[in-house]
Amino acid sequence: MSTPGPATGAAIAVQDLHKSFGANEVLSGIDLSVAPHEVVCLIGASGSGKSTLLRCLNLLEPISSGRIFLLGQDVTAPGIDPNLVRRQVGIVFQSFNLFPHMTVLRNITLAPVKTLGMPKAEAARAARELLARFGLADKQDEYPDRLSGGQQQRVAIVRALAMQPLIMLLDEVTSALDPELVAEVLDLLRELATGGMTMVIATHEMSFARDVANRVCFLEEGRIIEEGRPADVFTAPRDERTQRFLRRIVEAGRMPLRPDQMPG
Amino acid sequence: MSTDPGAAPLGPGGPGAAPLGPGGPGAAPLGPGAAPLGPGGLGGAGESELAFAAGLGLGPQMAGSFGSGRGPRLLSGGGRKATIISTISTLVVLGGLAAVFWFAPGSAAFRHAFFSPSNMWQAFIGDPKKGYYSVGEAIWLNIRMFLSAEVLILILSLVIALVRQSTGPVLFPLRVLAMIYVDFFRGVPLLLVVFAVGLGVPALRLPVISTQSSTIYGIAVLTLSYSAYVSEVYRAGLNSVHQSQLAAARSLGLSQATALRYVVLPQAFRNIIPPLLNDFISLQKDTALVGVLGAIEALQAAGIYASSVFNYSSFTVAAILFLVLTIPLARFTDRLIERDRRRRLAGALR
Repeated sequence: MSTPGPATGAAIAVQDLHKSFGANEVLSGIDLSVAPHEVVCLIGASGSGKSTLLRCLNLLEPISSGRIFLLGQDVTAPGIDPNLVRRQVGIVFQSFNLFPHMTVLRNITLAPVKTLGMPKAEAARAARELLARFGLADKQDEYPDRLSGGQQQRVAIVRALAMQPLIMLLDEVTSALDPELVAEVLDLLRELATGGMTMVIATHEMSFARDVANRVCFLEEGRIIEEGRPADVFTAPRDERTQRFLRRIVEAGRMPLRPDQMPG
Repeated sequence: MSTDPGAAPLGPGGPGAAPLGPGGPGAAPLGPGAAPLGPGGLGGAGESELAFAAGLGLGPQMAGSFGSGRGPRLLSGGGRKATIISTISTLVVLGGLAAVFWFAPGSAAFRHAFFSPSNMWQAFIGDPKKGYYSVGEAIWLNIRMFLSAEVLILILSLVIALVRQSTGPVLFPLRVLAMIYVDFFRGVPLLLVVFAVGLGVPALRLPVISTQSSTIYGIAVLTLSYSAYVSEVYRAGLNSVHQSQLAAARSLGLSQATALRYVVLPQAFRNIIPPLLNDFISLQKDTALVGVLGAIEALQAAGIYASSVFNYSSFTVAAILFLVLTIPLARFTDRLIERDRRRRLAGALR
């Protein structure tokens, strides 16, 4: 890269990222840097730009201006093959988006076989290993509509992992799940975090974010208003907007806190 | 693509749909445009049970009694009483129709002209020495034509649909061309295209293309015309697959083409099979139009017989042969729709 890069060694570096849909600016200058093996949680109200940011990082949305460096490479430069970038950056969506006409195994092996040229048998073996690791070994021949929401979402995560990505982006992966199914997905993410996966997680699960994240970023109106260690952001938010957001979360009973931990 | 079972083609309200009824003297459809299947056969892909019921002047609450919520059955509603009533009403309708034909003043002449068994047999086996062809043999030409055309249509219409769905600015001229193509061939009567190609292309006196048989021209015309319709069916099918499926595939690093090939198209294709088969049923009948170019297909052979023997029973033979081809396809379509509906229901229960 001839252009000056970001701080060397960052897995993700976003510089002054803007994204508009027509006249509606969704991201208004995002700066974000994620170190290798770091887990960053994006929190904020719906419509604050979390999902759009993740989709931009995966190049699923063309950006309006700014730059994105992934593993030191400027992926917003012209001539970049988005397919090559996406093979290294997995993304999982709120709505699972498994391929309904394929078995679980085929869902997982499709991309490695078709894009990495992995032999089918090898891809299947790797897929079975991943499934077994996440307690889905008996589901490999099922079709997605035979699985519970939690199982589907775990399969979707396994599908992304099968590409052996260096970075995982997770877009509110538990929001579409019944409460009793949330835990199994979060446990999987915890295990990934323990394993050292670099992750950016948009989530409404505040206690999960507090447990797992190395850093929490609070977004509002397309900007990162506040970021820091979860202990700091959750217990002593500096910005008034962050305080308001967290107070609402606590009042909704979504983040049990001791009285002395109450924000604001 | 709705899972609507569609108007039951032989529903109790469709008396015209009984050309092979017990009495035998059904209204034999003669022209290629005639719809031998009654109300269900007339509609396009979108015809719904409700529209059928409305056409008969029934309220929406009555619509259920045709297809029923449980699939494309001819009769529904439980109980022996319902069965008895529907049997009686069917017999009354069919019997009434049979009586009209049987007791009409010109019935004897009519039956001789259209249903003379000896003439029907003669027309079926043909007799080259007497100057007429076998209708039974000529139908094979129709079969060959529609089978060839179907393969070509599936390919050409997919290309057109993909071009029309494309978004890149580079492909803009192609998109416009595809749109003009679809508008043109859907708007111009098929018979006119048959004449234009079948008579016009030979007149160009080009090498190779101007020296093909009328069968080849026929296949070309059917392909050109039906691809315009089928490309729209494909397009609807592509649109029926949610955008998120493409996004999920692309997010895994699959190229646009690979994502279409393995993720979007298989799902789209499953959704369009019923309307596609509906178009193919219509295509099977339209092969008869190629007869105007002199190809000896079934209707043409029947016409030659009729004008050399002065008996129309050959047309009845042709009608029966076309029905034999289309009815199984219609029932097969029904079964696919039903299977698809069950599969979706099974999925929705979770």
